[in-house]
Amino acid sequence: MNKFTLHTGIAAPLDRANIDTDMIIPKQFLKSIKRSGFGKNLFDELRYLDEGQPDQECTGRPLNEDFVLNKARYQGASVLLARENFGCGSSREHAPWALEDFGIRSVIAPSFAEIFYNNCFKNGLLPIVLSDEQVDQLFTEVEATEGYQLTINLEKQVVVTPSGEEIAFDIDGFRKHCLLNGLDDIGLTLQHADEIKAYEAKRKAEAPWLFGAIQ
Amino acid sequence: MAGQTLYDKLFDAHLVRTNDDGSSLLYIDRQVLHEVTSPQAFEGLRIAGRKPWRIDANIATPDHNVPTTERSGGVDLIVDPVSKIQVKTLDENCDEFGILEFKMNDHRQGIVHVMAPEQGAILPGVTAVCGDSHTATLGALGALAHGVGTSEVEHVLATQCLITKKMKNMLVRVDGELGIGVTPKDVVLHVIGVIGTAGGTGYAIEFGGEVFRNMSMEGRMTVCNMAIEAGARVGLVAVDKITLDYVEGRPFSPKGEQWDQAVEAWKLLVSDADAEFDEVVVINGSDIEPQVTWGTSPEMVVGVSDQVPNPANETDSVKIDGINRALKYMGLDADQKITDIKLDRVFIGSCTNSRIEDLRDAAKVVEGRKVADNIIQALVVPGSGLVKTQAEKEGLDKIFIEAGLEWREPGCSMCLAMNPDKLGNGEHCASTSNRNFEGRQGFGGRTHLVSPAMAAAAAVTGHFIDVRELLQANG
Repeated sequence: MNKFTLHTGIAAPLDRANIDTDMIIPKQFLKSIKRSGFGKNLFDELRYLDEGQPDQECTGRPLNEDFVLNKARYQGASVLLARENFGCGSSREHAPWALEDFGIRSVIAPSFAEIFYNNCFKNGLLPIVLSDEQVDQLFTEVEATEGYQLTINLEKQVVVTPSGEEIAFDIDGFRKHCLLNGLDDIGLTLQHADEIKAYEAKRKAEAPWLFGAIQ
Repeated sequence: MAGQTLYDKLFDAHLVRTNDDGSSLLYIDRQVLHEVTSPQAFEGLRIAGRKPWRIDANIATPDHNVPTTERSGGVDLIVDPVSKIQVKTLDENCDEFGILEFKMNDHRQGIVHVMAPEQGAILPGVTAVCGDSHTATLGALGALAHGVGTSEVEHVLATQCLITKKMKNMLVRVDGELGIGVTPKDVVLHVIGVIGTAGGTGYAIEFGGEVFRNMSMEGRMTVCNMAIEAGARVGLVAVDKITLDYVEGRPFSPKGEQWDQAVEAWKLLVSDADAEFDEVVVINGSDIEPQVTWGTSPEMVVGVSDQVPNPANETDSVKIDGINRALKYMGLDADQKITDIKLDRVFIGSCTNSRIEDLRDAAKVVEGRKVADNIIQALVVPGSGLVKTQAEKEGLDKIFIEAGLEWREPGCSMCLAMNPDKLGNGEHCASTSNRNFEGRQGFGGRTHLVSPAMAAAAAVTGHFIDVRELLQANG
């Protein structure tokens, strides 16, 4: 997994609540058995005017010029500003894969759907929850200033605006540790294999019907 | 000290360890696998040289993109090459790792959340995961079931544990009785309308009260299925006699002495009388009428006698913006009557509503009637091979075909349109599925979520109608 320590990049404002995972990556692109290559179909139905097909070359497709990520000033954006309940709907991890493959490293919103939020951390993508007022402020600033960049310092847990203002955010200690070090959480869990085995033995004694039934 | 909720009990009973930062390792008794969210997880295991921790905790079946038309030619004849690769990859992975799979043409194949309880693979008191957000369905059995992403699928395969944080407890209590023609789907749509699509975020929702106590197991599954549309990763119903009667005698359910032992343990799977919930929502069941979603989020729902909302009645700018966007996408006018919405297609199926009771409800409405002229297609897609067989035994297939609906092979089908069943641009669909997001059922498609009975009524009238009018006419 990619590490996330310090990142500075152009912020793009996606001013819409309840962005669902069908919007982030429509279902026809879920048929791949790989984790990569989803970036060209990120937000496919918002980004292009035609209906996207799997394995299609996207360079010649008609673009929706009104869509934020198609605007010249937001080219190369790596921080996405969004509204409440971002990532609701399906559990498809293709959503963070698509964001990451496109080049987004962090999404800032007042709230996230839970499964999406979890999935981000497994893929080196940092979801940041700020208050409604703080998100409003960032929307106002980014729309007012072309080339507006945000710096995210995970170690210090702050978002830094171009004026140097630092906005603090919360994150679980374990998730922070994994992101900072690019750690694979399976390896970390397996360090507790003895505890898992001990639990399993107890479980087997209490609920023997759950063992060996499905073969 | 206050008593425990059902969620607290299930969580505590599966706790392996709590990490310093408050996250926990939760032991997972069961994992259900399908073709869309598992290939990268198996690939991850192979790359890291890992093996599944426990083979007998897993069960698999392809569902999301299997064709629902005649498919006796097998996987090789799936037309869409990319769908074919996914179904084949699941077969190969399960064969390689020795995981039990009901393959595409096995009569036990079906939608994961229909197949797993039907087989007794999910039992009261278990923890379960599946790489699908509608895994909450399984909470109907008094099981703690989480929808997870692919990395978590891999993590559970490799470690038999999920890293998680304890959620808060919400009780949704629906008191009283439901009126005739009002179904579990209407109840859960109404609940989502009340608490909103993010209202349950961070909570495990327990559905309690008289309405759920009297509800069948299949109805409880419909309700728990849509907990995620209210933002909650987990939905639950306490164990009672209805649960035990449903579970007894299923292929993977305990038998004999183990059955008696299991029942003793399962009887404790209820919230204590003095348990404290962080949030309680109380609804009167008799206030609920058949529901129809008009917009592009499940919370955009009203009763069938109601009308499409008018943004002029709102004050919050994000909400006004949301309503305007939804009206435009859906091609509807503010204040339009719900019964004036004309349909192009009808879909009866999905993990929400494809069980035998759903099909019986729909058949009762269409029997002796014909699909309206303006309906291009009306699909009935049973949730599993066993549901299909049962329906055919009862003659439901003939009722549907006679009325002009198509009778299909089991799968997820038009719920998410990963297979060839999908909506055309701008078409309105009365659908018994769970999501009305933009493009969900096809590019530009307009989905209205309803119960099976309401979908059937829409099929035979060509527009939305209060199904109770048709049921009354049936006498």
